[in-house]
Amino acid sequence: MIKTLAGQVKEFKKDSIITPIFMILEVIMEMIIPLLMSSIIDDGVEKGDIHHIYIIGIWMVVAAGIGLFAGIMGGKYGARASTGFARNLRQAMFENIQTFSFSNIDKFSTPSLVTRMTTDVTNLQNSYQMLLRMCVRAPFSLICAMIMSFSVNVKLASIYLVAVIILGALLAIIIWRAMGYFTAMFKKYDDLNESVQENVSAIRVVKAYVREKYEKSRFTKASGNVYRMAVKAERIVSFNAPLMMLIVYSCILGISWLGAKMIVQSALTTGELMMLLAYCMSILMNLMMLSMVFVMLSMSVASAERVSEVLNETPDIVNPENPVYKVKNGSIVFDHVSFRYNKEGKKNVLNDIDLSIKEGETIGIIGGTGSAKSSLVNLISRLYDVSEGRLLVGGKDVREYDIETLRDEVSVVLQKNVLFSGTILDNLRWGDENATEEECKRACHLACADEFIDRMPDGYHTYIEQGGSNVSGGQKQRLCIARALLKKPKILILDDSTSAVDTATDAKIREAFAKEIPDTTKLIIAQRVSSIQSADRIIVMDNGEISGFDTHENLMKSNEIYRDVYESQTKGGGDFDENGGE
Amino acid sequence: MARIKNMKNAKKIENPGVLLKRLMGYIMKHYGAAFVTVLICILISVICNVQGTMFMQTLIDDYIVPMLKDGSRDFSGLAHAITRVAGFYAIGVAVTLLYSQIMVNITQGTLRSLRDDLFTHMQDLPIKYFDTHAHGDIMSVYTNDIDTLRQMISQSIPQIFNSGIMVVSIIVCMLVLSVPLTVVSLAMVGIMVYLSKRIATLSGKYFVQQQKDLGAANGYIEEMMQGQKVVKVFCHEEKSIEEFKELNDKLFHSADNANKFANIAMPVNAQVGNISYVIVAIVGGILAINGIGSFTLGGLASFLTFNKSLNMPIGQVSQQVNFVAMALAGAQRIFELLDKEPEVDEGYVTLVNATEDADGTIHETDKHTGTWAWKHFHKEDGTTTYAKLLGDVEFLGVDFGYDEKKIVLHDIKMFATPGQKIAFVGSTGAGKTTITNLINRFYDIQDGKIRYDGININKIKKADLRHSLGMVLQDTHLFTASVKDNIRYGKLDATDEEVIEAAKLANADSFIERLPQGYDTVLTGDGANLSQGQRQLLSIARAAIADPPVLILDEATSSIDTRTEKIVQEGMDRLMHGRTTFVIAHRLSTIKNSDCIMVLEQGRIIERGSHDDLIEEQGRYYQLYTGNKA
Repeated sequence: MIKTLAGQVKEFKKDSIITPIFMILEVIMEMIIPLLMSSIIDDGVEKGDIHHIYIIGIWMVVAAGIGLFAGIMGGKYGARASTGFARNLRQAMFENIQTFSFSNIDKFSTPSLVTRMTTDVTNLQNSYQMLLRMCVRAPFSLICAMIMSFSVNVKLASIYLVAVIILGALLAIIIWRAMGYFTAMFKKYDDLNESVQENVSAIRVVKAYVREKYEKSRFTKASGNVYRMAVKAERIVSFNAPLMMLIVYSCILGISWLGAKMIVQSALTTGELMMLLAYCMSILMNLMMLSMVFVMLSMSVASAERVSEVLNETPDIVNPENPVYKVKNGSIVFDHVSFRYNKEGKKNVLNDIDLSIKEGETIGIIGGTGSAKSSLVNLISRLYDVSEGRLLVGGKDVREYDIETLRDEVSVVLQKNVLFSGTILDNLRWGDENATEEECKRACHLACADEFIDRMPDGYHTYIEQGGSNVSGGQKQRLCIARALLKKPKILILDDSTSAVDTATDAKIREAFAKEIPDTTKLIIAQRVSSIQSADRIIVMDNGEISGFDTHENLMKSNEIYRDVYESQTKGGGDFDENGGE
Repeated sequence: MARIKNMKNAKKIENPGVLLKRLMGYIMKHYGAAFVTVLICILISVICNVQGTMFMQTLIDDYIVPMLKDGSRDFSGLAHAITRVAGFYAIGVAVTLLYSQIMVNITQGTLRSLRDDLFTHMQDLPIKYFDTHAHGDIMSVYTNDIDTLRQMISQSIPQIFNSGIMVVSIIVCMLVLSVPLTVVSLAMVGIMVYLSKRIATLSGKYFVQQQKDLGAANGYIEEMMQGQKVVKVFCHEEKSIEEFKELNDKLFHSADNANKFANIAMPVNAQVGNISYVIVAIVGGILAINGIGSFTLGGLASFLTFNKSLNMPIGQVSQQVNFVAMALAGAQRIFELLDKEPEVDEGYVTLVNATEDADGTIHETDKHTGTWAWKHFHKEDGTTTYAKLLGDVEFLGVDFGYDEKKIVLHDIKMFATPGQKIAFVGSTGAGKTTITNLINRFYDIQDGKIRYDGININKIKKADLRHSLGMVLQDTHLFTASVKDNIRYGKLDATDEEVIEAAKLANADSFIERLPQGYDTVLTGDGANLSQGQRQLLSIARAAIADPPVLILDEATSSIDTRTEKIVQEGMDRLMHGRTTFVIAHRLSTIKNSDCIMVLEQGRIIERGSHDDLIEEQGRYYQLYTGNKA
């Protein structure tokens, strides 16, 4: 994990090394300054040597200047190293995700990928900065101050050593105890937020059932739980400050008492006493800082794990060594194809599929949920790889093609489709970057999208919001079809892509396909029989197997499932869905 | 493709003073005594601390120097002095312990009451609020904004107070020791404050830029992750990498700068502090050596300690001020939500349990009879009448618009007698869903009248009105709870038998029995572990157990396969039996056996009648039905 992450430091290695060096320089200056201060008091003030005060004063200003320079440089390089590291992490993750195959994507959920690239990376950025700046600084200055103290007076300095051990041990106990409560608290807190989220989105149900009071009492109970847990955790943590004070004060008193005695016995100077007292704060503060760094780092371990998981994921579909760059035609052959999503899984999603589709044919696919209609078509453009058997497109195994070539020729309109923020033209040009406005319009005409685009105030330059939230479901589907058409593919696959389009428009789109792109092989998955009834042949899927593959007329005679679906839809159970009709 | 998110965060705080006062008022209201105790404790703790620092002078001037001079070895006086200081320190530690513990209660308690208040208030807000505010924004009030307040209440407020007292008392002590040196020190503080401010302005500028860039990058990530499969299908990988690189690099530059300046602030403060130390040492040294103003070596030692202690609180205050600014922005959003007008309910007609005599007179009773009646008090003559709950609904010339200027429903007239089924058909945006929002008063109409059992619904208490209406929505919305509890949502005191009965009626029983823990299976994430059809069945069962006389149904449109659809349909049919039902229909079967079909277009009912009537009419309905566009 650490190796994976460290590999992303890349060009910021220099910054990452320089930062701690400057931090150490800053600490050294911080250590020297009290030395100079004591010299001012002992050799200057006490002996009445103004000249000495000037000289040492100048040295102190120089030291402060160097300290300032080191501090600024450390801050500058630290910022650069950590933000650069975060940039590299984001970029590497994004690029790796782009190589993911569908099954890689399925493994991570979308929100989890987003969290990994945003919150987790930010956590790591902060931790890395902490690591470079504080992780070196705090222990170094603790040790330095300790050494200095010992060099001044071994006897007095050993008080600090005892103090450090006691404080360290107590801090460890506090952290250890509090961490448990915090973990429990965060869990409760997440639950609470989840319930708010649930309530906000289900507010209609809450109000319809007049359950406001019930929800309030549930929430109050949950927030009470968070409160109790948080109080427990924070109570422990809030011992930190008084504990620190207690130790610092004890040290001051101890040093003052013993120090005074020593001075009187001429074993110590006043200046040295002042110096020791100055180191006291430095030692204990740094110990405190170190414990905080430790907490921060241990909290970001989870983020580090999540990020490296994405970085270490290897795509399971890659280009072949000598790829074929030309797809001869739009014929498709399934040769004893079996498929399962999980390689180790035993249950096949598709079982021994044998099919042959000719170029230019229109094929309808119908079947219940879970009958593996989508899985079947997803294999054609190699969104998933077959588990057994072969799949030929244009007479060649799909695994021999260059992936981009294959996917350009096999255009899929996915069931869960997405438009991106940008103008309608921007979105259409996903299909063909260099498409002219004329070509875009033609594609939209084929997909019957032109009728609503023309009515929009900005026409083809209308801005689509993220996720296509400002167009209706049916409009979105038609735009997605147009986008896929612009690829001018040899094979066009519509995966339940007209479900929100009204029956009449649906028919019009199919008619246009038949007339305008007769040579393109068309595969249409649909729930509505009317969408596929007129296809050349229809595949009836049932539970991962092909139950029938024939024309509508023949299937009506021979296939029971098909007949059932047909009858249920036309005689009383049909669909009167008009969602897409503007 | 740059988009700007989080812009709301950049919104200026309108009136920080008022906000702060209100926030403090909120804390004082709940934890006034505790808060005052904390302030007193802080005051005591600071005094004790300063006493300790003053001791340095006493130590050197009154004990060490005299002892060195006269060579006496009598430490009893010193021991006494140290004990005294130890006493102060002990008090200091004790009060710090006390106030930091109390502070935990104040902080967490305030957050808890804020959360409770927010939620309680939110529950009473009209549906309009939820329809017009992004759910992410509402959530962020509960998470981000409350979090910034935690920081502010638990740390910033005590620290600013602590540091403030510290600064004042240190300055007083310094003045006692030496006026000229104090002037020197304060001049250096002035320089420090000036520099911090300059740096804060610079880093603030880049920080805003960073937030903007971060929003853009995160927005892009979100969009691309959601569309990742589409990216693959269109081989758009390289292009999206390129686009992301641009956003990512921009973010890097602004983040680099913002962090850089934030990092620089600390060393600058520290070194200006050190230089101040040198200057004070030199000036003080000259004063002490020359004995000007009876300034002593011990005085200088103490002064130097004060000088050093002065830097820390000033640095802290300048840091905390940033946190306070951030927290106030959060507080503004919290109070904004708390200030939203709640749903008003001026209704006074209530729903009561009733018994019916043979002659049809209704009597109110306390017992659950299964018969309900509207209790209607007439102000004019002081009488109370009862009307049996039947489920008779009437729309009289109803106009409605979500926005008062833009009317989306025009002159809707219709009536449904008890047990009738009314279907609405029409395209998206025709106003089908809107009509159902009016019967239960999720929204109030602009003009016209809606009558329920002959009573204007504005006169009926909202809770009672909604109790008498059942709703099955397209988006099912299940809660994180067991299946049983989800069904019970319709009737909180339902027995297990009633739950199972309702599930059976809804056709949900058989699939529930097959779940790993049956009725006790816990659903999470809006029933993510169930299929769309199963979720629909549960929401039907939920409505069934409530047993309302009037139903509002929004049929599911998403692709449920034919077999499940049949099961759902059967469940719905059984639920509708004997109830007045308003249904937004998508399925032929629902429409065909409706008593009346309303064809809506652009907010108007353009055709109405039974299926056969409308087919005969050969109008819009006929077009929709046959799929022919005329």
